[in-house]
Formats: sequence, C-alpha cells, structure tokens
Amino acid sequence: MPAVSKGDGMRGLAVFISDIRNCKSKEAEIKRINKELANIRSKFKGDKALDGYSKKKYVCKLLFIFLLGHDIDFGHMEAVNLLSSNKYTEKQIGYLFISVLVNSNSELIRLINNAIKNDLSSRNPTFMCLALHCIANVGSREMAEAFASEIPRILVAGDTMDSVKQSAALCLLRLYKTSPDLVLMGEWTSRVVHLLNDQHMGVVTAAISLITCLSQKNPDEFKTCVSLAVSRLSRIVSSASTDLQDYTYYFVPAPWLSCKLLRLLQCYPPPEDGAVKGRLVECLETILNKAQEPPKSKKVQHSNAKNAILFEAISLIIHYDSEPNLLVRACNQLGQFLQHRETNLRYLALESMCTLASSEFSHEAVKTHIETVINALKTERDVSVRQRAADLLYAMCDRSNAKQIVAEMLSYLETADYSIREEMVLKVAILAEKYAVDYSWYVDTILNLIRIAGDYVSEEVWYRVIQIVINRDDVQGYAAKTVFEALQAPACHENMVKVGGYILGEFGNLIAGDPRSSPLVQFNLLHSKFHLCSVPTRALLLSAYIKFINLFPETKATIQEVLRCDSQIRNSDVELQQRAVEYLKLSSIASTDVLATVLEEMPPFPERESSILAKLKKKKGPGAVSVPDLEDGKREGGELNGGGERGPDSAAMSASNASTPSPSADLLGMRSAAPMSAAPTSAGSLLVDVFSEAGPAAPSAAVNDDGFLRDLEPPTETSGSLLVEGCGDSDSAPPSEDPATLLSEADELLNKFVCKNNGVLFENQLLQIGIKSEYRQNLGRMYLFYGNKTSVQFASFTTTVSCPGELQSHILSILRAVCFQLNVQTKPVEPVVEGGAQIQQVLNIECLTDFSEAPLLNIKFRYGGALQNLSLKLPVTINKFFQPTEMTSHDFFQRWKQLSQPQQEAQKIFKANHSMDTEVLKAKLLGLGTALLDDVDPNPENYVCAGVIQTKGQQVGCLLRLEPNGQAQMYRLTLRCSKDSVSLRLCELLAQQF
Amino acid sequence: MIGGLFIYNHKGEVLISRVYRDDIGGPLNGVMILLDAFRVNVIHARQQVRSPVTNIARTSFLHVKRSNIWLAAATKQNVNATMVFEFLYKMCDVMAAYFGKISEENVKNNFVLIYELLDEILDFGYPQNSETGALKTFITQQGIKSQTKEEQSQITSQVTGQIGWRREGIKYRRNELFLDVLESVNLLMSPQGQVLSAHVSGRVVMKSYLSGMPECKFGMNDKIVIDKQGKGGGSEDVAKSGKQSIAIDDCTFHQCVRLSKFDTERSISFIPPDGDYELMRYRTTKDIILPFRVIPLVREVGRTRLEVKVVIKSNFKSSLLAQKIEVRIPTPLTTSGVQLICMKGKAKYKASENAIVWKVKRMAGMKESQISAEIELLPTNDKKKWARPPISMNFEVPFAPSGLKVRYLKVFEPKLNYSDHDVIKWVRYIGRSGIYETRC
Repeated sequence: MPAVSKGDGMRGLAVFISDIRNCKSKEAEIKRINKELANIRSKFKGDKALDGYSKKKYVCKLLFIFLLGHDIDFGHMEAVNLLSSNKYTEKQIGYLFISVLVNSNSELIRLINNAIKNDLSSRNPTFMCLALHCIANVGSREMAEAFASEIPRILVAGDTMDSVKQSAALCLLRLYKTSPDLVLMGEWTSRVVHLLNDQHMGVVTAAISLITCLSQKNPDEFKTCVSLAVSRLSRIVSSASTDLQDYTYYFVPAPWLSCKLLRLLQCYPPPEDGAVKGRLVECLETILNKAQEPPKSKKVQHSNAKNAILFEAISLIIHYDSEPNLLVRACNQLGQFLQHRETNLRYLALESMCTLASSEFSHEAVKTHIETVINALKTERDVSVRQRAADLLYAMCDRSNAKQIVAEMLSYLETADYSIREEMVLKVAILAEKYAVDYSWYVDTILNLIRIAGDYVSEEVWYRVIQIVINRDDVQGYAAKTVFEALQAPACHENMVKVGGYILGEFGNLIAGDPRSSPLVQFNLLHSKFHLCSVPTRALLLSAYIKFINLFPETKATIQEVLRCDSQIRNSDVELQQRAVEYLKLSSIASTDVLATVLEEMPPFPERESSILAKLKKKKGPGAVSVPDLEDGKREGGELNGGGERGPDSAAMSASNASTPSPSADLLGMRSAAPMSAAPTSAGSLLVDVFSEAGPAAPSAAVNDDGFLRDLEPPTETSGSLLVEGCGDSDSAPPSEDPATLLSEADELLNKFVCKNNGVLFENQLLQIGIKSEYRQNLGRMYLFYGNKTSVQFASFTTTVSCPGELQSHILSILRAVCFQLNVQTKPVEPVVEGGAQIQQVLNIECLTDFSEAPLLNIKFRYGGALQNLSLKLPVTINKFFQPTEMTSHDFFQRWKQLSQPQQEAQKIFKANHSMDTEVLKAKLLGLGTALLDDVDPNPENYVCAGVIQTKGQQVGCLLRLEPNGQAQMYRLTLRCSKDSVSLRLCELLAQQF
Repeated sequence: MIGGLFIYNHKGEVLISRVYRDDIGGPLNGVMILLDAFRVNVIHARQQVRSPVTNIARTSFLHVKRSNIWLAAATKQNVNATMVFEFLYKMCDVMAAYFGKISEENVKNNFVLIYELLDEILDFGYPQNSETGALKTFITQQGIKSQTKEEQSQITSQVTGQIGWRREGIKYRRNELFLDVLESVNLLMSPQGQVLSAHVSGRVVMKSYLSGMPECKFGMNDKIVIDKQGKGGGSEDVAKSGKQSIAIDDCTFHQCVRLSKFDTERSISFIPPDGDYELMRYRTTKDIILPFRVIPLVREVGRTRLEVKVVIKSNFKSSLLAQKIEVRIPTPLTTSGVQLICMKGKAKYKASENAIVWKVKRMAGMKESQISAEIELLPTNDKKKWARPPISMNFEVPFAPSGLKVRYLKVFEPKLNYSDHDVIKWVRYIGRSGIYETRC
C-alpha cells in the first residue's frame, strides 16, 4: 500500500486533536468542537470549491468529532465526493467516513454503491480492497443486496490478486453472517473449497474462515473440504519451520492457519476414508510430539503459537472421541500443563480436561491428576482458574474418589470466593448425593455444608437432604442425633434450624431415649432458635412443635403454652397466626388417635430428579457441566406427586391425608442422575423415568394444609369423611354379576407400562387410576390410586384382582393390603369414594415362576345409582422382575454362545413405531430393567442388555440384543434366555416397545 | 444517613474521601470500587449526567459541583435528599469561609483542615453544627494553640448551649450592620409576550458587627403583617401600604431566628451570628416587576437563511440604571455564517456556544434597543427541524423585582449601653436575572 507521505499529514487535524486533548473539562471540549463545527460549516458553505486535501482534512475532523460521541449531520456529500478521487489517502478517508457514519440514507446510498461498483471493477487492487473493506465494514442488508453476487466472482476469478482474494473472502464471510439468505454459494461451492489448495497462504487463511462458517450451516455441501484440510494440515505440520517463510511465526509454521484448519475439522465427524483418517491421526500425533520437543525459542510468542495449535488439536481429539490412544496422550500433555508456570496454560489445561473427563477413554487418565487439581484449587491465585479446578474436580468425581473430592471441596468452600460459593455448594451437594455409599456420611457432609456456607445453601439442597433422610430409615436416627448436636452450636445458620426442626419433628423420638436429648431438651433447643428466624422457618418450627406433641405427649403442655402466647396466636403474620391457632386447637380437641393419624410420620418422597441438579444446570447453562443429560421431560413429572416443587414443609402437613406404609427401601432416585457411570444395582433405580407422563391426577396429598385443617374443624365428623376410604377386602368381594367388558385398549395399556413403573393406568370421565410400583427381586409392590374425578361420591366401591387361569398358580397371591392404616380402627367404614377424593390401594406381588398373562383388576362402584364395572389388565409383566447384570464384552459373548439352542433364542424383525432417538431407546432399555451394556457389541449402534429374571423358584438369565437400522426404520431384536418361554414372552413384549 | 463524603476534581481523581458508615462499599476495597463507580458513571459519563442523584450499585450518590470540584455524598439508606443537599451546600459555605474559593488547588492545600471540618460537622453520617462562626472558635488554621481551661469550657458550653452560633463577649468600637436583599428573577415568556411562568427567589444576607448579645428585629412589607396592622390602624393606612405589600410564598430562616415568634406574631426576631450569614430565603410569584421585556422576530427565508430581530425594552423607573446586560440568541446547529447589526452595545457570534451574544453595559429604565441578525445555514439532508431554543438574558438592577422593602431593623442590647440609634445600618437591593427566557 502506498505509504502516507509527510505532506499528507494534516496539520490542522493534528492541532485540533491536540486542542481537544488539552481541554480541562467537558464543557471546554464541547466549546472547542462547536467552534470547529462552525468553521467546517462555513468552509463547506463557502463559494469557492475546496481542493481534495482540505476536503479530506475536514471530513477527517468530522469523523474524529463523531467518534468522540457527537452528532454529525453534514459532510456526507463531501465524503462521497472523496470516493471518486484518485488519490489513495483521499479515497481511504472517504471510505472510512462512509463505513463509520453512513446509515441507510436513501439518496446517498445510490451514490456510494456506484462508487464502490466503479472501484470493484477497476483493475487497481488497492482500490478494490478499499471497496471490499467498506462493504464488509458496513455489512448492511442493502450492501449485501447490491454486492452479494459480485463478490464470489471476484473471489474465484483467476486473475484476481491474492490480497484482493483475501479481502473478498472475508467480505463475503461478513455478508454471509449478516444476511445468509442473500449469499448463495451454490455454483461457487467447489471453487471456494478449492481455495484451500491456493498457493498463497494468506488466501487460504482467509478462505478457511469463510468455509468454516459456511460449512457449519450446510455441512454436506462442503464435505469435500475435510480431505483438503487434512492434506493442507499435514503439509504444514510436517514442514520445517523455514519452509513457509513469511508465514512462520517464531519458528512455528503458519499457526493461525493450523488452528483454523483444526477448527474446521471439528465441524465434521472423523473422516471415513481410512487414508485420510490415518493422515490426520498422524498429524495429530506429530502435533503432540512437537509439544514434547524442547522449545526452539525462549520467546513467549513461540510457546503461545505452539500451544494454540496443541489446544486446538486436543479439542479435535476430544471432538472425535474415538482414539483412546490420542485421548490418553492429550490427557498426559494437559497434565504437564497443569503444573506450568503460565496461568493461562493452567486454565486452559483445566478447561480441556473437564471435557476429557467426560470421555470414557480418558476418564481414568484424568483421574490420575487429582492431586494436582486439588492443589490448584487450594493455591491458585486467580479465581477463574480455581473455578475451573472446581469444575474439573466435579467432572472427574466418581465413586472411588468421591469422599476425597467432597472433603477437599468442603474445605475449600471456607475460603472460596463469594461469587462461586453457591455453585460450589450445589456441586458438593450433588456429588455427596450421587456417590453416597454410606448415608450417614451424606448427612454429615450436607450438615457441614450448611454450617460452612449456610448463606449459599439454596432451598433445594436442604429439601433434598430431608427427602433422603425421610426415604432412608437407616439414617434417620443418625440424622436426628447429628442435627441435634449441630443445633447446640450457639450460632447456627437458619438453614440448619430448618433441617433440624424438620428432622427432629419427624424423628426426634429416635434419640429421645438419651436423657441428654430428652423431648423437652429437644424442644427447648429448637425454641431457643425460634426468635432469630425468619417467618417461613418459624412456620416450619411450629409444624415441628405440633409433631412433637404427637411424638412426646409429655411436652404437650409446654408446647401448648408456647402456641398460646400472644406472639404466636396474635402474630401479625397471617401464616404463623393461622398455624398457631390451628395447631393449638388440634392439640387440644383431637384425640390421641386422631392426632397420631394426622401427624403421621411423613411418607417417603416419590423419587424424581434431584432438583439440585436442575438448579446447577440452570446456573451453568447448557453444556457447561458434563452431567449425563438423561433427565429430559422430567419437569412435568411433578404432577402426580402433588406438585414437583413442593418443599417438604407443606408436604409435612398434607402428609396426614395420604400416608403410605413401607417406604421404598432404596434411595431409588439416587443413582438416576448418573445411570451411565454408576452400575444400577437394583431394579429400583429404574424409577428414573417414571413420572414423565403423569396425568393431572393429584393424589390427596395435594390437598393443602389450610384446606385440610378447615375440614378438620368438627373433628369427629371430618375424620370420618377423610378417612373412610378403606376398601373392602378383595377376597371377600362378591363375584361380579355382570362380567365387565375388558377394555379393548387393555393390551395397549399394558404395553405402555412395560418399560416404566409409574403413570396413569386408566382414565375416563369418572375415574382416574394412577399406578406406582416398585420391584425387588421376585417381589413387587404396587400402589393404585383411584381418583374420583366427579363431585359426586362413588358408592359401594370394590376392587378385585383376579389372575387368568394360568397365572393363578404363578403369581401366588395378589395380597389385598389395607389401604389405610386407619383401617385398624374399630369403626367399619362404607366403601365410598367422595367426589374429588382419591384413595389408595396396595398390592403385594410375588413372582413364583415365569408367566405371560397379566392379572386382571376389576373395579365396581355406583355412580349416581348406575353400576359401573371396569376390568383392566394390571401392568405386571415378566420383565418387572429383572435384575440387571453388568458384564464385560467377553463374558457376554461367552454366555451368548452358551445359550445357543434354537428354542432359547427368540428373534423378531419389525418396523419402528416410535422415534429411533438414542437417548429414548436407552431410557426404554433401562426402564425394561436390564443392565444396558456399553462397548459390548462391536457396532456402537447396537444395544446390548443383560439381566436375570427373579422368580421364586428359579432365576432365568436373559441376554438381549437390539440392532436398529436407521435408514430402513427397522429393528432386529434377539433374545436368548435360559428358559424358552421367557424368551418368547419377552420378545413379544419388547417388540411393541420400539 | 450519609455513608461517606467524597471530593473529586474534574478528572475524577479523589481529593477527599471520608467514610462515615460501613454499609457503603462493604468489605475489602469496596469503597475504592464505589469511588470509581461514581467517576465512571457521573463525572466521566458518556452523556452528561443532569440528575444530582445517581444510583449506582444500590448506593445513592448525591452530588453538587462547584467550578471544577465535585462534592458527592454516598448513602445506602433512603435519606432525606434535601437534607443531604442542604448539608452539601452548607459544607461549601463552610469551606469557602475557611479558605475562599473552592478549587482543586485550595482543597489540596487545606486537606487536613477539610478532614478536621468533616469530623466536626458530620457524625456517623448525621449532620452536626455547621455554623461557620461557631466552628471557627475551635477549628482554626493557626495550628494547635494551647487553650486555657476557661477557654475550653467556654467552647464546650457554647457549642452545647442554646445559642450555638454566637459566642459571648464580642466587642466592637463601631456597631455596624449591613443588609443586602439579593433577588434573582426567573421568567419564561411566550413569543407573543405572555408570561408562562415567573418567580423571584430572594435572600436577605446580613453582615453584622455588633457587640454583646444583641436582640434584633427585622421588618419588611410582608402582606400578612401589613394587613394585620391595617386592621389595627385605620383604612387610610391600608390604602397607603396595601399596594406596597408583597405576598411571600414560602420562606426559610437562619437557625438564629425564633420560629415560635414568627409563627405566632409573624415577627422576625433573632440574636445574630457574628459576621456573614443569610438571615432568610424566600420566594414570591405574585406581582413581580419584570425589569426587561424581550421581543423576538424570527423569519426563515428559504432553507439556507434566517433573519432574526430582537428588541429589548427596560421596564423600570428611568432614574435607575440596569447593568451587565447580556442577551443570548441561540443559532441553529447548521449555521455557517452570521451578519449582525445592533444600535447599542456589542454583539458577536460565538460559534463555540452556538449563539449570538449581545452585550450592553448600561441601560436606563423605560428605554428600548434592538439587534438584527442574518444567519446563513448549511443545507443538510437531515430532516430534523431546528428546535428554536429560547432567547435568554442576563442583567443586574438596583431594586428588588419582588417589590420587597425593608421597613425596619431594630437592635436591642439591654446589657451594653448602645441603642438602636447608635448602630450604623446599610441596606442594599440587588435584582439579578435567574433563568430569564423568552421563546422565539
């Protein structure tokens, strides 16, 4: 480009700028600018024409004033005039002014476009470049409309200078980004791709940016670029540092181009062509090798350039995720960087390792660096690096190192930056929950968490700990003891008081035997915190007090005294006042029986996705944390459980209405967060997906406490009406006179439940039947919820479960269990379902031997005089008794071969009925109850499962192989079981699932 | 309550920083961040900040600007904003009384003194005694002077006593008293000469050199007082003085004025501080004497020319002389040349201010003068029309445009033997223009 000669340095402009810089205040600056503007106006107005130089000078001044933040509303014409000048500097200033100041002003745009057109068609490369730069800088839609067709022509024309080609490529990129619809590459595609072969490295560098952007939109059209890019890359990588001359930067050949090439490759899956792939792997290896070589220069630029390529290469390796060897090497390389002097490198290494940790090949390799990462967390001076270290710890955590990592994170939390504390707390809570083997450890961890960083512990965290304590009876005593001790600290966080109040209210009796924690001591301890707490906590404590009255009758007088005092019963807060009044009345009026019923221990919480995880996801944004993301559609799942986001506090009160006996013995949802990494050990873990289709059948648990208590006012009567739902014993139920028509869709219903355990079994205008079931070994328990959707009561409501002939003998008994514990009451109740109410029935199921027919459920009731009769198939299928078995590829095929008798195998080829999405399929297979085995089948598309069906008499081993064919939308399902009837039945069942 | 008080220079550098409460800023270098936030958001803001109250990061900054110096009070609480501003103005007065003009130079040279003052006049964010006279007794610029026990106890009793603004035992050979009525008249007039809004804000400023603890009584032609007296006196009296009386919309007094007496009898009696002070402030909106009338005439000739003619008429007794008259005629932003003709004074086009400034040194009452200007415009493609800002005017006249008259100022000193007649009293009226604008 022509250098600016001394004579062109505009003195007037320099003086003006220095005047502005010397201004003491804003006012002075404005004055000076106004003066200058008036001067320029008079000059432009002046009669005699200005020469190019002064025009340029004044336009420059205007530009400067505009850039200072003042409005400029004249001078555009002069700037456009400059465009037609033949002097480079004048043209340049003209273009500069236009690209900065021009708005889509109709009159001028035409003139400008005209000038640009002239320049584009001129043979002068500098003028062409200026015009292209202007188009790119403005980048407006008008510009795109006018020139989008012109620029590709310039780009691929044979006689265009290299520098112009570079500008044209970047200009096109800009236009494509602003208005992709106008830039049509169709005919140019292949020629643009072939720019990768251009002699001039600058052109390649510019073109590759364009190609990367274009190929992100239409990857197929630009597929050919992969092989070109690989060959280009290999040429660069293998070249000596001196080969590329101008494009060697501190001994690194073409670093920018290499990075861009690697980035382009990241848009595509690994190349299928073996030769190309081999070449690429070779390149990547060379890059990794080069990182090991001693640096050729001590200059920071050298190492920066080298590392830039290295990191880009590692991203590519991670993106491909198919070369275990490279992944491990990358991981080792990053491990070296973890201890590097350079903070930026450490940061980048930690960040890349986070993604590496989620790859199965390198997870173990990443884990070896745990000490270094922990050290980084403790000693790093830069908070963002510490943050990355925390992320990495989270990502590399698994069962083996969970305790160590959680302990480290906890100790770091005490000194952590405020900005990341909340996130840290969530992470600790999730890890503690996900990898808890020992639940007393979990309780300890969370209580520690609350003590250390109480302010940052969100509601979800302490909801969760309570849910877990409620659901696991083995930790309840320990939890009660621990919170009691924690509460003894003179100052404890409000969240601790909440947890303490809740747990002592529920399980205080478990530690009441110890005189040091006698009921009264417990109460006094809680009440000593009462006055320091906020209103919601106080409300919770009041609930805890009323529970105390139930647990420890001896505290009744004390607690009533507290409730009766003015600060409660006349509290200005409506909620507190209402609770105080109602609890006081409840405690004084209701009999102990009623009290015991109403204040029954909380039923176990239905399992669902840990809300903490959802919160962390929300906090980090999608993709930031490598959490296996299987929990789609879990949101709407809450309905069946009476509102997903309900905290345990409100649940505490509604507990009185629906109390389920027998908590599900396992912390089922615990492993649901990471089904990939943790081995599913019980069928229970399959409850993962159960709530996805829950209908609006809110169980009576959803009745909120207010309503409940209001109902309770006339105690005797309501307790009757609330508690009448006990069902008649099925055995004694009279056989139905008119055989109910078996619902035609019964089979469909059955199919719906093959892969899941919970949901809505049946629904019509009158009745909704919800189902919830859990299976362990050969035993199962099923909860049926009958919801009356009308406002009229159902009379003579009876249900019968019968087994079709064959099944009768197999499923030993479908034991009718009592619906409510209150059934023990002496008063016999009418089998009536009140309008809008819901009753629950429990079925205990034992599988004696394998079966194929599902048991029948017969329901009879009177609705407004008309007898209603319903028959449904209960969704009890053989696969429910699956126990997952983990095995290696070797084991699997060994057993597969062992089951080679023809009758042991059942095969079916069928068309896909549902989407063939991988995640959906995986969820279904997991829901089936088997263990989904990864890396068994040589073809990664195929799914392989193994499990054992548990019956009372024998165990039937089953191996399953599902081969989807995406193009034909077909599946081939092969089953091999040690018992032939099982193979057939399972095959039948499963064929309808996919 | 005020959390902290900061003084900046025009570059946004902090000259004085005094934090009174921990709630501003927070831990570590929170105050530094806040200090910087004010600089970035107010002093160096892209757009000029017009509001004197700015909320940044849940902290309110209330600022005043004196020449190139910014005074900012920061608070986290919902303070009484007028109280804070009153305090800031008072603070400016106090500083001016100690070291004259408030400039960067002076603030830097007196920073120890300023910290000392800040310690005294603000306590945990609550304003304390800010009376210059009282402060000067114990904050001196002479360095530490050993004080006797009596002196110390005297200061204590004075500062904590009933009359905190005046110390005992003042003696003058000549008892003298200066009284200035300073008014600024504000006007907005339509092009047709209709008054859209007008009000006068005035101050009665005194300088007293009186011995002992004198009791003063100040009287003026307040309408309420006159009417009351009129009831007591005869109808003749009302006819004579009723026309002269003025209706005061609202007024505030120096703390020395006994408000209870004002409330009951509407008489202004007080024991004056020594030296300079502002006795009262008031505002009137009725029957204002407008000293000047501006008659504009603007004609647009095509897109590139503008003809402006402005006539000013003085509207007061011809024996009085107005001074420092300045008329400012705004010009369009596209002005490229101006020709001016005026009969009196000097006129100039000031490009830096986008205005024609016409200055006349003196002008007697009941006269008129005019200026005509031809403005050339640069045609632009912008469709924006010129907003025609109003023509503004500055002047100074030797009378009170509100019509306020001092009727008496009596001094009683029962303990010392001088009487009202022995005191030399000076009264002066000055009327200035505030925002005195006429639309064109």
